[in-house]
Amino acid sequence: MELIDLYLALFLSFFKIGLFGFGGGYAMLPLIQREVVNLHGWLSINDFTDIVAISQATPGPIAFNSATYVGYTAVAGMGYSPGYAVLGSAICTLSVSIPSFILMTIVTVSFFRLKNNPWMRASLSVLKPAIIGLIASAALMLMNGHNFVDYKSWIIFAVVFVASFKKVDPILLIVLAGIAGFFLYYPF
Amino acid sequence: MSGIKHCWELFLLFFKIGAFTFGGGYAMIPIIRTEVVHKKGWLIDDEFMDMLALAQSMPGPIALNTAVFVGRKRMGFKGSLSTAAGIILPSFIVILLIAMVFTQFKDNPVVESVFKGIRPAVVALIAAPLLGLGKSAGVKRSTLWIPVAVALSVWLLKVSPVIIVLVAILLGILHFVYLKRITGKRDGTD
Repeated sequence: MELIDLYLALFLSFFKIGLFGFGGGYAMLPLIQREVVNLHGWLSINDFTDIVAISQATPGPIAFNSATYVGYTAVAGMGYSPGYAVLGSAICTLSVSIPSFILMTIVTVSFFRLKNNPWMRASLSVLKPAIIGLIASAALMLMNGHNFVDYKSWIIFAVVFVASFKKVDPILLIVLAGIAGFFLYYPF
Repeated sequence: MSGIKHCWELFLLFFKIGAFTFGGGYAMIPIIRTEVVHKKGWLIDDEFMDMLALAQSMPGPIALNTAVFVGRKRMGFKGSLSTAAGIILPSFIVILLIAMVFTQFKDNPVVESVFKGIRPAVVALIAAPLLGLGKSAGVKRSTLWIPVAVALSVWLLKVSPVIIVLVAILLGILHFVYLKRITGKRDGTD
């Protein structure tokens, strides 16, 4: 694929993610996964899960993190030099931000008209519960043979699920799961 | 001159928030609130909460939406550019460095085993808050079918989330129009 076509495809994908990514955070995951894993194959499902993990342990929203990461790896993965890959990162990060920027500018300018607008509230009445479903689908789509390699994966899942429910810090849980992974899976 | 100073102040504040808030956009909200409402006094708390409700109704990362609102409100277009750049740059720099390094260590057996442990944990971290989120989104027994139908259609039928969003907005509006027609009331969001 020509570099310019790749840049264009990245731009369009992340613009779409920015425009339709309602609910922020995990609610954007099914859309990001569909674009970068299923449709374009820029990342494997394992890479994608790893980005989610890296996002938990690094600053910033997951949409930016995946945009920056995908922009770099997609271009570098096609054999282009790091300079072009950095440009890919910048394109993805900008394009995922543009819809937010424009829409929030409109929101700020017409704040008082939108605040109690019944049509606005009506548009959100079904969307809000739907966003919960999108987050659930993110979890379901990641419960696959790539991320759950054996019964030990399910034990880690169950322990972290309960701990997270009890409000244990997610970064701590990721670090502990990583240590557990090392002892359970490293071929000593 | 003071305009540039204000923009620089906005940029620095959101850069700081972007750099030191781990765990995604939602973790940033209380910190933005403390800085913008309590420390700087740029917005009153009511304004901030109303803004948050709107920022959450718009697509895109909530931290960015909030940043754009605060910047725009304070210094117009230049202000929103400053806050957006501030909130975006820290994660851009960090993830770029990780992408450059991580891609070379991915197949290292130590890294591979560590991530085998982390992957199921990530899925648990996504799944665990669902109940609480459902409650705060106002999901009741009568509306429980909505998230269930969405989750199943995206997961099993591979329906695009774009379609889900468009259909959900359309259904919300149709429901509203229907209620308005049968009751004549203006408020029919429930």
